[in-house]
Amino acid sequence: MNFSIIRYILSSVLAFEGIFLLLPCAVGAIYGEREAFAYLFVAALSICFGFLGRVKKPKSKEIYSKGGLVTVSFSWILLSLVGAVPFVLTGEIPRYEDALFEVISGLTTTGASILNDVEAISRCTAFWRCFTHWIGGMGVLVLILAILPLSGSYNMHLMRAESPGPSVGKLVPKVRQTAMILYAIYGVITVVEIVALMIAGLPLFDAATLTFATVGTGGFGLLNSSIASYSLAIQIIFTIFMLLSSINFSVYYLILVRKAGEAFRFEEMRWFLAIVFGSALLITFNIKDGFDSLFMAFHTALFQVATVISTTGFATVDFNLWPEFSKSVLLFLMFVGACAGSTGGGFKVSRLMLLARSIKNEIICVAHPRTVKKVHMNGRMMSETVLKTVHVYLGAYVMILIVSVILISIDGFDLETNFSAVMATLNNIGPGFGKVGPTGNFSGFSVFSKVVLMFDMLAGRLELFPILVLFHPGIWQIKYGWRSDREVSEQEA
Amino acid sequence: MKIIIVGCGNVGATLAEQLDKEGHDVTVIDVKEKLVNNLSDACDVLGVVGNGASYSVQMEADVNHADILIAVTGSDELNLLCCLIAKKAGGCHTIARVSNPVYSREISFIREELGLSMIINPQQAAAREMARILKFPSALKIDFFAKSRAELVTYRLEEGSPLCNMQLKNMGSRLKSSVLVAIVEREDQVIIPNGEFELKAKDIISIVGTPVKTIEFFRKLGIPTASARDVIVVGGGRTTIYLAKQLLEMGVRVKIIERDKERCDELSEMLPKATIINGDGTDKELLMEEGMTRTEAFLSMTDFDEENIMLALFAKSLSRAKLITKVHRVAYDEIIDNLDVGSVVYPKFITAETIIKYIRAMYNSMGSNIETLYRLCDNRVEALEFYIKADSPVVGIPLQDLKLKKNMLIGCITHRGQVSIPKGQSVIEVGDTVILITTTTGLHDIRDAIR
Repeated sequence: MNFSIIRYILSSVLAFEGIFLLLPCAVGAIYGEREAFAYLFVAALSICFGFLGRVKKPKSKEIYSKGGLVTVSFSWILLSLVGAVPFVLTGEIPRYEDALFEVISGLTTTGASILNDVEAISRCTAFWRCFTHWIGGMGVLVLILAILPLSGSYNMHLMRAESPGPSVGKLVPKVRQTAMILYAIYGVITVVEIVALMIAGLPLFDAATLTFATVGTGGFGLLNSSIASYSLAIQIIFTIFMLLSSINFSVYYLILVRKAGEAFRFEEMRWFLAIVFGSALLITFNIKDGFDSLFMAFHTALFQVATVISTTGFATVDFNLWPEFSKSVLLFLMFVGACAGSTGGGFKVSRLMLLARSIKNEIICVAHPRTVKKVHMNGRMMSETVLKTVHVYLGAYVMILIVSVILISIDGFDLETNFSAVMATLNNIGPGFGKVGPTGNFSGFSVFSKVVLMFDMLAGRLELFPILVLFHPGIWQIKYGWRSDREVSEQEA
Repeated sequence: MKIIIVGCGNVGATLAEQLDKEGHDVTVIDVKEKLVNNLSDACDVLGVVGNGASYSVQMEADVNHADILIAVTGSDELNLLCCLIAKKAGGCHTIARVSNPVYSREISFIREELGLSMIINPQQAAAREMARILKFPSALKIDFFAKSRAELVTYRLEEGSPLCNMQLKNMGSRLKSSVLVAIVEREDQVIIPNGEFELKAKDIISIVGTPVKTIEFFRKLGIPTASARDVIVVGGGRTTIYLAKQLLEMGVRVKIIERDKERCDELSEMLPKATIINGDGTDKELLMEEGMTRTEAFLSMTDFDEENIMLALFAKSLSRAKLITKVHRVAYDEIIDNLDVGSVVYPKFITAETIIKYIRAMYNSMGSNIETLYRLCDNRVEALEFYIKADSPVVGIPLQDLKLKKNMLIGCITHRGQVSIPKGQSVIEVGDTVILITTTTGLHDIRDAIR
């Protein structure tokens, strides 16, 4: 593997994180908070080390699939390790493993918290918590690809490893332009939501932080009651933007280049909207007795459906207390997740679509053994490789789920809590059922369980394989030929 | 520019890689998903799977915003159809690869009537390149500048050449020759030399001069300059036919060795003046019998790269003939160059190179001071032709006082259609065109070259 390019990219990631950390620092300065110094300190160190690591340019820019996967997972681990430090330095989250849990939950846009009292933390910490959602939503390497002119053929490997979905494609021929377009769309959605929230009556700080949490489909809030105490208009804005952020960004691009017809024929979006409104209606009828009007019941149902399927994890009501049918529907939605190529997590609608179609074809094949039938999506035949990765993904997903549930059940919580805690972290949602429901949090778990859940969050955000590949011994093999990499690089120098 | 390439074979891949490196937006189309995926993994291009001649596939590749479509699939008819459809759908420029000799006589009719910008015939292009090498066998390569009025001749310095251990500033006075050593390749390095530079044996040097002056220069060095009069070609493919026709017109004796009897009959029908030998070109006895030791040039042009390289090595060991080897596979060019088998001709590479030159010219004509741009020595050297405008800072200063950046060299000046090789006292005037040779890429104006 080309270690020097990995070092170079990781240093860029570190420098970028340093620059990001200046933002909460500025927020702290505006509100006159002492905690800002912790952010300034970490920011300064990160920028220093980041730029130091970039001084020596790598000789070769070659990076292959393996290197791309490793770079992406290392970047995310590095981002988390550094991003957690200010929480400890400010003393707001005294234990490092808790701080790490919090920041991983932020970056992976999960929104699961270990904080018992969210309202007690300083403004800059609250800002940083929500801002990590924004960074993690579209991905930091995609941002680096958009900003730094890292010309080379390798960057598609990076983008593919970081962007969610069964088959990641480009919008335009150049990776860099693609990344720029994605971030531009992301930025526009962000600004529109901030403006909408301010019109609806929120102050700038609240509007901005909550927007980061929505468009990144994260779910960190500013209040202990999450979103419940905000007005109806604000809640509707959240619903709309949660849904918008979990639709494949290619749809927006197609609309932008005036191919709206093609955009509306996008099957994944149609399935997504059908699932959203179908389950909202089912839940509405299941819970309507507890509400004054049918509209309020529908609004509440739609909000919960949006928050779960977009894997955001805001809460307006405690759906723990809802009838079992509604809870089961929500549990199913947890598994489904958002569309591929969006900022949301989960299994992804397109994968579910491909699975459903494979199953249908298999049934036909059982009935008529000589049938030849291919799986299509958006009017195009899907290759066996794509289908194979979807099937393997499901397998890996289920196995990680089972192993994680077994591991965290050592703590002795009930099955509902354990199962939904893993579901909520692996799918990057946030709240689950039982003890980790909308009103609870993850602080009750032991350190070991937290580590397992952190792993689940990272694996879920990066879609399993970039993280799983780290367990492959071949990745760590630094010898090739009869000389080690070190010897080769020494000789080259 | 937005470029669409149909066909991801060797030529398509070379084109995509090179055009991507030069910063164009490239979309590739091929029926084979695997080829498309491999190529879009290897370089930064967008892949579309489908038949390139289909309107909907072309629309998916955004043909109505494309500047140019290049069709380089294996089938001539498909290529032409791709171009026709692209012309109607997007109104872009089109380039097609057409290699069937049946069409080659009608190429200009096809191009004009179908509205294509360019038709490239790989075999013919390769044959043309080989013929050019045979005209001046001592050179490894010849490139032309300034509407062919100046040339860049690449040549390997032999042990014991009078140029060895000579400083370049003394060259003019000792040889009384007005050519300029523009590029020196020594081992892995590419150097733009200055006056103090000392040449060594085994350097590959490229000199700039007018055709007359370069011939004179080589004659003074005692290097044969006449074109080969007597040629043996092993393998009777399409390239051989094109080449033989050109050589016979030049009055060269051509002997073709071909294994297949029927093919020999065809060759003899098409090339009545050539000597056709029906036999195995890899047969040592046969080669000796047909006078391989005495021939002036030996061309290995069978369909198999390995056979060609082996033949060339064999010929090198027995004769002093000029060797030309045809190699299809582009990927191992560095290794083959190390074998020292004379001039190696890659038909696929030549095809890609010709197309790229066309695109560069097209791109450069879209606002920029560069008239033409040539890439030399494995793309490590650029030769740029600039038109000098009235406000240019280089006007009126003798070259010896002009502070050029490192690794820059003014190779030739065209003043009122008259090409001259610059000396220290030469002055650039308004309206001249100059050729700048440099290892720095990405220059846009002559002022970028000045310190």
